[in-house]
Parts: sequence; C-alpha cells; structure tokens
Amino acid sequence: MMTIKVKVENLSKIFGKNPKGVLPKVKQGFSKDEILAETGHTVGVYNVSFEVNEGEIFVIMGLSGSGKSTLIRCLNLLNKPTEGKIFVDGENIVDYDKDKLRIFRQDKVAMVFQHFGLFTHRTVIDNVVYGLEIKGIDTKERYEIAKKTLESVGLCGWEDKYPNELSGGMQQRVGLARALANDPDILLMDEPFSALDPLIKREMQQELLEIQSRLKKTIIFITHDINEAFKLGERVAIMKDGIIEQIGTPEEILATPKNEYIKNFVRDIDRTKVLQAKNVMFMPSALVSLKDGLKVAIREMEHSGISSIFVIDTERKLQGLVTIDDAIKAVKENKKLVNIIKHDYYTTGPETYLQELIPYATESKYPIAVVDDKNKLLGIILRVTVLSNLV
Amino acid sequence: MGGFPETLRFQVGIYVAKFVKWLYTDYQSVFDAITHSILWFLIRIEKFLLWLPWWLVLLFVFVVGWKLKNIKVGLVFSLLIFIIGTFGLWDHMMMTLAIVLSSVVISLLLGVPLGILTAYFDKFNTIMRPILDAMQTMPSFVYLIPVLMLFGLGKVPAVFATIIYAIPPVIRLTDLGIRRVPKEMVEAAHAFGSSSWQTLIKVQLPQALPTIMAGINQTTMMALAMVVIASMIGAKGLGMEVLIAINRIDIAKGFEAGVSIVFLAIIIDRLTQGIANRFKYPE
Ligand SMILES: Nc1ncnc2c1ncn2[C@@H]1O[C@H](COP(=O)(O)OP(=O)(O)OP(=O)(O)O)[C@@H](O)[C@H]1O
Ligand SMILES: [Mg+2]
Repeated sequence: MMTIKVKVENLSKIFGKNPKGVLPKVKQGFSKDEILAETGHTVGVYNVSFEVNEGEIFVIMGLSGSGKSTLIRCLNLLNKPTEGKIFVDGENIVDYDKDKLRIFRQDKVAMVFQHFGLFTHRTVIDNVVYGLEIKGIDTKERYEIAKKTLESVGLCGWEDKYPNELSGGMQQRVGLARALANDPDILLMDEPFSALDPLIKREMQQELLEIQSRLKKTIIFITHDINEAFKLGERVAIMKDGIIEQIGTPEEILATPKNEYIKNFVRDIDRTKVLQAKNVMFMPSALVSLKDGLKVAIREMEHSGISSIFVIDTERKLQGLVTIDDAIKAVKENKKLVNIIKHDYYTTGPETYLQELIPYATESKYPIAVVDDKNKLLGIILRVTVLSNLV
Repeated sequence: MGGFPETLRFQVGIYVAKFVKWLYTDYQSVFDAITHSILWFLIRIEKFLLWLPWWLVLLFVFVVGWKLKNIKVGLVFSLLIFIIGTFGLWDHMMMTLAIVLSSVVISLLLGVPLGILTAYFDKFNTIMRPILDAMQTMPSFVYLIPVLMLFGLGKVPAVFATIIYAIPPVIRLTDLGIRRVPKEMVEAAHAFGSSSWQTLIKVQLPQALPTIMAGINQTTMMALAMVVIASMIGAKGLGMEVLIAINRIDIAKGFEAGVSIVFLAIIIDRLTQGIANRFKYPE
C-alpha cells in the first residue's frame, strides 16, 4: 500500500505586483508571453497538480524558465502560492501561519540548492549543524549527528574546512549532509548536480541512489537533464511554460510520449539506460515442457518458424533450450529431449537495464531469457530488440 | 541683464535658524540629557586612557601590530606612539583618542542598526540615502553652529559633530554587506526554519561582517580627520594644539601636533584594517 506524502492541487504562482488580479486572465487561456506583455506579470507555475508517494524519488524536469524552481520553492513556501493547495501528510501547508511554517521547515522538509547555498562563514561541520541548531538540539548531540552525517556522505576529515576550500562535488555533499542531518521526511533538491562536471555528477547520482536505498526519504528532485531525470526518477513530471505536460514512469513516458514536445525530449535519451528487461520482454507463444518430448518441440518450432525453443518444467521453471537442428538429428538418432538440452544462452532478471544486456545480445545466438529469482521464466528478449534500442 | 531676480529670493536659512532656536528653547531638557550621557561615557573613556601607563600603551600597540602583521610593524607602531610622547603631546593624544573612540562606538551603536534597516526596507533606504549624502558633503562648519547652540561648547558637541561626519560609512557598508549576502544563502537559512532574527544573526551579519569592518575602518579614519575641526568648538586634544599653533603662527608646535595626528591616523588605520582582514573567510 503506497502512502501519498505530498499532494499538490491546482497550484499556481504568478510573480508581479498583483498576482491574484492577473490570475483570471491566465485562466482565460492567455499565454505566458501575452500575460507578460500585457500586465508585466510572470506566470511561474500554472494549475499544476500531482502526488508524490512516500519513499519515492519524484523528478520534475523541464528547460530553463519552465517553472521548476518556482514549483519546488512552493513546496516549502519559499514561494507563497498564488492559488492552490499543497498537502503534506494530509495538512494543507499553504494555510500555515509563521510559527507552524517554521516548525514544518525544521522537522519535515529540507532543501538542497543548485549553487549549494552553503554558509561560507561557517566551517563544514558548522554548516551541517545549522538545521539542528535552529531546531534547538543541544550542542553535543548536534555535533555527533553532524559528524555521522558527514561520514555517510564521505566527508570524513573535512569537518573544519571552510566550504570554499572544497571542490564543487564536495560542497554539494556538504549541502546534502546539511539537509540529511535534519532527518527530514522530504528532501527538496533543486538541480543539485547541475553545477557539477559530468563525472562528478554521475558519482553523485549513484551516491544519492545509494543513500536513498538506505534512508527511503521522499525526494523531489529537479533537473533539466532528461537522462538524469530518467535515471533517478521513479516517476517523472515534464514541465513546459509553467505547466506539467506529462507525468509517468520513465518507461511510460518513453513508450507513450503525450505530444510532440515530449517526443522531442525523449528522442535524445539513451533508451538502453532507461528501459529494463521487463519493459521489452514478451512471453513466447512457443514453449515446450520437459515431458512433451522431441516431436512436440519440433512441431512448435516449425509452427512458429523459429530455430530454437525454451524448455520449461511444470512449474514454468526454465530448464534449457533446444535448437531445431539438434532436435531433428536427435529424432534420427533416437535420443531424448533431455539429452540435447543446451545451456549456453543468457538469463537475466526483470529489472536489468538493456544497457547491461547489450553484450549478451551481441554474443549470443539465442534470445535472452528473463527469469525471476526462483528461475521461473517471465519472458524472453530478442536480440534485435536490445540492439534496435541502441539507436 | 544677468543675475537672479531679487523678488524671487526666498531665505530658507531663516527658517532653519528658527527651527533650531525652537528646538533649543522647547527641548532644552532633551539635549541636556543627551549631553550628559555622552559626557558620562566620554569622560570615563578619557579617564581610562589617561590612567594607562605609557609603557603599557606602547606594549599593547606593539603586540597588536605584531599579531596582525609582523614584529617589524609592531615595533614601528610603538615607535610612532613613543615619538608622540616625546613631543609632549601624550595627554593630548589620549584626549583626541577619547573623542574618536566615543564617536566611533556611538556611530556603531547607531549605524549598524540603521544599516540593517536600510538593507531590509527599501523605502527607508530611499529616505536615508540623501540624508547620508548631505551628512558627507555638507561642510562641517555649517552644522557646527546649530550643534554648538544645542549642546554648548566643549567635548560633547565635538563628539556629536564627529558622529554626523563619520557615521555614513558604517550605515552604508552595513547596508551593502547585508544586501550582498547571496540570495541562496538567505533562502537556505529560511528553508531550515530560521526566524528572521536568526537569519540576521546567524547568516546575514556574519556574512556582512568583513564589509562592516571596512566601514568601521573608514568611520574611524573620518572621526580622526574631524578632530581639528572639532577643536574649534572647544574639544581639547591634538586638534586644539594645531589650532593654537595656527593662531600663534608657531611652526614648531604646529609641526609636532600635525605629525602626531598623522602618526595616530596611520596606526589606527592599519590596526582597524588588520582587524577587518581577520574577519574575511576563505574565498
Ligand atoms: N522572484 C521572481 N520574480 C519574478 N519572476 C520570477 C521570479 N522567479 C522566477 N521568475 C520567473 O518565473 C519563470 C520560471 O522561473 P523558474 O526559476 O521557476 O524556472 P526554472 O525552471 O527553475 O529554470 P532554471 O532551469 O533556469 O532554473 C521564469 O520566467 C522566471 O523569469
Ligand atoms: Mg531553477
């Protein structure tokens, strides 16, 4: 059972002197540019709704100026929404007064910034301690927590340096540690890795996934990099001009892009890094059971026009594979099915990314078998399927 | 046919004078109270400075110079002070220092909060800016007269006039320092649930501190520059010595007092600058 952690309903944020007054115009359907030209107001986000499940990484992606930051900053009310509701654990945080808001920010939600937002007048550990200090945790405890958190992001021994003495990647680790030290339920990350160079970026992504597998936070992550979005996001929302164009799992978005805009986006993506075995496998129409014997195997293969067939037992557990040539020879030599079963094919789990299957596909003569952890056959992947997704 | 028509002449000065007179007669007690508190403060500082043994002052300047820069600087500083002593101007130096110190302290007490306010409230900033401009560009003799009327002769009006002249840099640089704190940093503070006060104390002021320190340095230097003028309204000290020397056309005395002021200025400048540099964080 999935619990909804954050629920955003019809959220709009307009920048300018009189946002509420301009809202009706936006509702009439005037475009962002028209609104700006006519009223001098900027539509940051308009009528956005979505839900984020507990423990999920929800990625919001879009080009520069599409309103990603505006949206995520509404979630801890750094931006006050012009209209709409934001429920966190069922409470509408937009209604919060000053004190409730402070408590909410101290306890439930922490933010990681694009340019790190570190306090340059404080040492690394004093940065990490900041949230706990504001919460009123006593000194000894807060430094213990901070030290542990720094360790967990691999910054042992850097406690007494100043942020500006660290490399970009390390600075963002401090930013991450500062957010994690507070032990928030929700982590808001506004393009946290955009300022880092590609190698460090990949390292940080890996680390985030690893931390997430341990801590199971609800993470709302912003990026303008679709590859990053699809790598990290369990679900991804794609924004354009302040509006969410499509929400879905990476596979859903790849499989059924909602419009031209999104199609253009996903065209650049390396599908083999997004698609998993389970997304492209299918259940073959032809299979033989161990007890069926050679004749049946040959008939099935001829019937389907294939040159090899997987053999399963009564529990659908994968036993092996026979080829048509071997089968015909075996009939002549009066051998049995079990005598000619081959095992030189590849098997894989359903969650494996296509990328990892590329070598299998190029080396093997046979389809790749997808099995679960009890060796039950879930489906097969043709070699061409893997290779065709390369382009 | 040049010249401005006589009929359009409007003597605003008269009204300013009337205003000052009105302040003077109706609010005498207020100004008396201010005078007394400034005087109380000033006299305590002066007494303390005059009480200090001369070698202790030398030692202090030496150690601070050494710690901030190097041993040579420490030696030069104490030598300069020593020379002022040999001129027979030790007590005058201390009296001058007392006025400078009190003016700077009061300037800080007023200026830093004012700077914070101008940084926070744009409206207030719009009002303050021309006032600060006026304070810095108005020839100080002009406000010496009303200050003299309100506070009488002596040290207090000197302090007051010095504050008027020297306070703008603290206000401006506090304002600048706070405005220059990166937006993301302030947002980070808010995102962790800091109150406005906590954000100010824990993030904005510490971030602005190097800039504020530069302001303090400027303010101190300007206060020192004001001492000669302040002596015209009866504040004793090095400035007074210069003034007396001018009146008597006493080149020797004028030289000694003038050089003393320069020495004092050099030391104060380097010291406050050195302290200011201490507040810089690795960039
Ligand atoms: N404080 C503000 N005042 C006025 N307009 C703003 C403000 N903040 C953002 N905007 C406008 O709102 C729109 C969305 O900006 P936003 O920063 O949310 O975009 P973004 O998707 O985060 O872009 P980027 O990738 O560049 O960070 C832009 O047109 C921007 O100019
Ligand atoms: Mg942004």
